[in-house]
Amino acid sequence: MTAYFCPATLDEALAIRAAREVEIIAGGTDVYPNRTTRAAWGQMTCRDLLDLTAIPGLGGIEERDDHWRIGCLVTWTELLKARLPPLFNGLKTAAREIGGVQIQNRGTLVGNLCTASPAGDGIPNLVALQAAVEIAGPPGRRLVPVEAFIDGYRHTVCRPDEIVVALRLPKRGALDRGAFRKLGARRYLVISIVMAAGVIETDATGRIGDVRLCIGACSAVAQRLAPLEERLLGKPLDASLADLVQPGDFATLAPLDDMRASAAYRLAAAEALTRDLLADLAAGERRRAA
Amino acid sequence: MDGDASPGFAAMAVSLTVNGAARTVVVHPFTTLADALRDELGLTGTKIGCNAGDCGACTVLLGGAQVCACLVPIAQAQGCEIHTVEGSGPNGITDRLRRAFLHHGAAQCGACTPGMLMAAASLLAREPHPSREAVCDAVGGVLCRCTGYTKIVEAVMAVFASSCDAAGGEGRVGARLARIDGWAKVTGAERFGADEAPAEALWLRILRSPHARAAFVLGDLEAFRRTKPGLEAIVTAADVPGENSFGIFPNLKDQPVFAEGQVRFRGEAVLGLVGTRAAIEAIDDAELPIAWTPLPPVSGVEAALGDGAPAIHAACPDNVLTRGRLSCGDVATGHAAAAATTEGTFRTSFVEHAYIEPEAGYARLVGPDRIEIFACTQAPYMDRDEVARVLGLPPRHVRIRPSACGGGFGGKLDVSVQPLLAVAAWKTRRPVRMVYSRIESMASTTKRHPAVIRAKASADSEGRLLAFESAADFNTGAYASWGPTVANRVPVHASGPYRVQNVLNRTRAVYTNDTPAGAFRGFGVPQAAIAHEGLMDDLAEALGLDRWTIRRRNALTKGDRTPSGQFLSHSAGLPTCLDALKEDWEAMLARVAAHNARNPRRRRGAGIACMWYGCGNTSMSNPSTMRIALDRAGQLTFYNGAVEIGQGSTTVLVQIAAEVLGLPPEAFTLVVGDTDLTFDAGKTSASRQTFVSGKAAALAARDLRRKILALANVGEAATLHLDGALLRIAEGEVRRTLDLSALPADRDGVALEGVGTYDPPTTALDENGQGVPYATYGFAAQIAEVEVDTVLGTTKVLRIVAAHDVGRAVNPTLVEGQIEGGIAQGLGLALMEEFIPGRTENLHDYLIPTVGDMPEIEIKLVEDPEPEGPFGAKGVGEPALIATAPAILSAIRHATGVTIRHVPVLPHRLWEALRERRASADELRPSPSRGGDGGGGES
Ligand SMILES: Cc1cc2nc3c(=O)[nH]c(=O)nc-3n(C[C@@H](O)[C@@H](O)[C@H](O)COP(=O)(O)OP(=O)(O)OC[C@H]3O[C@@H](n4cnc5c(N)ncnc54)[C@H](O)[C@@H]3O)c2cc1C
Ligand code: FES
Ligand code: FES
Repeated sequence: MTAYFCPATLDEALAIRAAREVEIIAGGTDVYPNRTTRAAWGQMTCRDLLDLTAIPGLGGIEERDDHWRIGCLVTWTELLKARLPPLFNGLKTAAREIGGVQIQNRGTLVGNLCTASPAGDGIPNLVALQAAVEIAGPPGRRLVPVEAFIDGYRHTVCRPDEIVVALRLPKRGALDRGAFRKLGARRYLVISIVMAAGVIETDATGRIGDVRLCIGACSAVAQRLAPLEERLLGKPLDASLADLVQPGDFATLAPLDDMRASAAYRLAAAEALTRDLLADLAAGERRRAA
Repeated sequence: MDGDASPGFAAMAVSLTVNGAARTVVVHPFTTLADALRDELGLTGTKIGCNAGDCGACTVLLGGAQVCACLVPIAQAQGCEIHTVEGSGPNGITDRLRRAFLHHGAAQCGACTPGMLMAAASLLAREPHPSREAVCDAVGGVLCRCTGYTKIVEAVMAVFASSCDAAGGEGRVGARLARIDGWAKVTGAERFGADEAPAEALWLRILRSPHARAAFVLGDLEAFRRTKPGLEAIVTAADVPGENSFGIFPNLKDQPVFAEGQVRFRGEAVLGLVGTRAAIEAIDDAELPIAWTPLPPVSGVEAALGDGAPAIHAACPDNVLTRGRLSCGDVATGHAAAAATTEGTFRTSFVEHAYIEPEAGYARLVGPDRIEIFACTQAPYMDRDEVARVLGLPPRHVRIRPSACGGGFGGKLDVSVQPLLAVAAWKTRRPVRMVYSRIESMASTTKRHPAVIRAKASADSEGRLLAFESAADFNTGAYASWGPTVANRVPVHASGPYRVQNVLNRTRAVYTNDTPAGAFRGFGVPQAAIAHEGLMDDLAEALGLDRWTIRRRNALTKGDRTPSGQFLSHSAGLPTCLDALKEDWEAMLARVAAHNARNPRRRRGAGIACMWYGCGNTSMSNPSTMRIALDRAGQLTFYNGAVEIGQGSTTVLVQIAAEVLGLPPEAFTLVVGDTDLTFDAGKTSASRQTFVSGKAAALAARDLRRKILALANVGEAATLHLDGALLRIAEGEVRRTLDLSALPADRDGVALEGVGTYDPPTTALDENGQGVPYATYGFAAQIAEVEVDTVLGTTKVLRIVAAHDVGRAVNPTLVEGQIEGGIAQGLGLALMEEFIPGRTENLHDYLIPTVGDMPEIEIKLVEDPEPEGPFGAKGVGEPALIATAPAILSAIRHATGVTIRHVPVLPHRLWEALRERRASADELRPSPSRGGDGGGGES
């Protein structure tokens, strides 16, 4: 029978993790559906489980000197309710559009990151926000930039004896802002066909000082649009931003043909969403895609 | 959490407060909250529709927040406060919601209702006067397949806005009586297939083929069984005491209960594991001694009809299961005289019923040679006969007790769990229960037939149809199921609800190694409507006619002959439906034009479509018998064999009986669909229960009333009043009292009874499909307004106005509910639903509309009475769905100028069509692109 551990301290949890192979469970919104899918085709056995939710101190959003710290048990709903600067508008839009309220109330941002699905809505936002992943393990803590954290299709560098305890999101200027566009085939409860996240930092003259744009669901791991970002530097924040987007900016994406959409469509949609996203960022408002 | 929870191997004690009461469960910590509530605390009001977070049926409040109980480990509920549908909710909100749901008709089958109520309760606890958008956000995570969500949203918004006591009192024909079986649905008391079983029942789990086509050899199962404590039996084809086969038609019992050496689709039953739940859920399929030899599957009709395609069934070498045909006049002559001719090929996909309740039930032996099955079904008498054949028993040795049915739409017309449970119970001589998982339900039960329809139509310069011909191939999958019904129904309807003298419609149902296709709301007619309505738009465009006008000119009406040669003497209200839409249509066109003048990217379009649908079986006797009994104690019992699947037949039949008998609906006690207690009312399909069983109910009530009046020696105008065992009768000044307890009675104590049988008059069709296939037809026209993002290819349906000729709306709330739910399914068919075996076999990847996908809906009920029907009524169950998809396609075309003939119109399909159109427009430049403003010439 599956063993289920509910340790009350992080040290205990790390000891369990070090001693045996266990699957971590937080909100369970990925763990249970996976079990259901396997069981439907007769794979009944489950890995042992390590439940983090009884450990104090793993939740909460904290403002620190130079970063915000989001605990690994923070749910999408908590994220939505938190008072955060406009930098986090994209992340909040993502939170609002995850599944339905039931999923938002249970699912965690860190769980989304650790599942490392190409369609995880949190991930491109975390990339655009330049999050660092705080990982606890036997030798202590380490910080890994989010772009290095996911190292393949549904795979991360979090080792079997480690636990992700929090995300650190660097602070930026008060005017800097984020946005997010999600494209799905229905209104609620829908996995993204393509998504685009972006953060824009403005310089003293109101021009773009730094920008990070990231596309999800078009490659095994969400991808930055480096050439486009470069082209945007120093440009004024107005409606003309969208005109700087070129089809070639998406050449490094490698979308799949699947039941949700064709590869060619995904590429075109990535381009369209990027233009829409830049328009949102320029206008400083958040709108839903499609 | 208990400090000693690690290592938490077996069970842990978890304390919860459930609906205000302290409870403790001792279970494995990974057990879901949903299972703990249902199995440990007996709170079966919380439903499990998917076990994966995708349907929201299991929604409960955990610490005030709505959560999917199927995703919460019980360990995490320690010390928490939980509200379920059984409780009155925070501050009694659930109780208020219940009344609103009943009053507004927001619960149909009731499978989503507990989840909806809890999701809404979480919102109302925070925000008593929510906006429509807030309501949608709150219930957006709960799927409903019946209602189209309209009445649910209305009910939630009304909770604190008005007083809404459940409608009662006057419940006669035409009244908006709250559904009679509704209270159980809004309290969680309703018993669906998974909600009841003997405590000692064993569990059955089916091992299903992961291959679409394969041969297999079973090893030593008994030796395997002995290694697994708690595994009581392994059932296979060898354990079937009677015939190892089932199927709808007597000559087409082609599907084995358990496969014999070969499988023909992914999901086919191979064997069953029977034992304790823990035992059968701990065995991996891979452990069983089965040697598989996968073979290349034949997928899709093109492959099955191709040269050298292997025969799916030896008895059918060319893979053509049935052919259907209708011919009248001479199509060549018609085409030759035309001012415009158009043709096209239309494709539709497998569509899943996606009822929220997966199949479930139990079987138990009663005495040595009788078996009783409690399960969800649309056709108890067919189930009885099927199980009897499989067990080799006379039908009277089988009793089917239908559970509440959490949605059917045709998918529960075939047997599913019934023969499997019967064989397992027969072998073990113990009660056996099973619950299909969502994935199992989707992979193994029937679908809507994918169709490839080639059609051609011609019209004169005024748009009058001169000829219509079509050839349609339907993929019936691995087994026949209702394939022949589809092949025979479609030719009658394929040219649409129009006057046309020269028609040639041909169909084939083709075997493949895909999932079996069977009955689904409309039996092939929704697919055919996409073709005929697409061609009507082509003709309008070619002739420069308005799309409404061309339909109005051709609309069938009283005095016309249908292509099968049937004379329509009554109740053909399509012209009235169209007239009812005229103003809305013109306003819609104007709105769309104004919008498009300002919005190059988000283009709007208006679309229109018509439909017709024959009520009842095609050219086949399909009688229904109803019985109403009055016993010596004054109990009035309505024995009604028509199973309720959420559509409201129970309520409608009582309204009809009450009106005829002259006693109020509350006077009736109901016995529904029990094969031991009720007469055969036929299956709940083909939009026949209101029309056929409603008529039988009227006849039964009339029979009983006649007997009462004769006994009291009064005339027709007398009024009745039931007062315990005293039946008081008044006619003018005359007052009589019948003391029922003093009347002679049968052994059940029944003093008076009325029985009524009705079989709609039809005739056989000849080899050209000529004859009277149906006694009456439902007609409708719908218009749709959409907005297309021409860059992303996404479509949002903004508004639908639906005009339906229902003969007579016995209960307008229920009729509207059918239409709204049908529109939701039509929208899904048009825009998002595509079942692909092995790829979209769960509700995560197979998308049905959510509350946020629904348009604003306006309904116009047209009542052109049908003299055959009860009070003029005819069916609406299927007509509701049929016009929606073609109306949406018409609107997309109007918005964008591209004609899509492949549904669903997923964003990438529309985007590709838009891209092609742009490419060809570029080539053609500078000549102006044809039809650039889309649709017809009216915009
Ligand atoms: C109906 C439904 C709709 C959904 N819709 C969306 C959607 O629209 N967009 C989207 O992006 N996602 C969607 N999801 C998935 C989303 O809910 C998850 O990705 C969620 O955020 C995961 O969080 P969780 O706490 O539930 O993770 P869990 O299921 O508890 O865990 C997820 C994975 O992460 C690992 N993990 C969790 N926490 C840690 C940790 N601290 N350290 C190391 N590993 C850890 C677990 O071992 C597991 O492998 C949906 C899910 C469902 C069921
Ligand atoms: S059963 Fe829990 S969401 Fe479907
Ligand atoms: S009433 Fe909602 S699923 Fe049936």
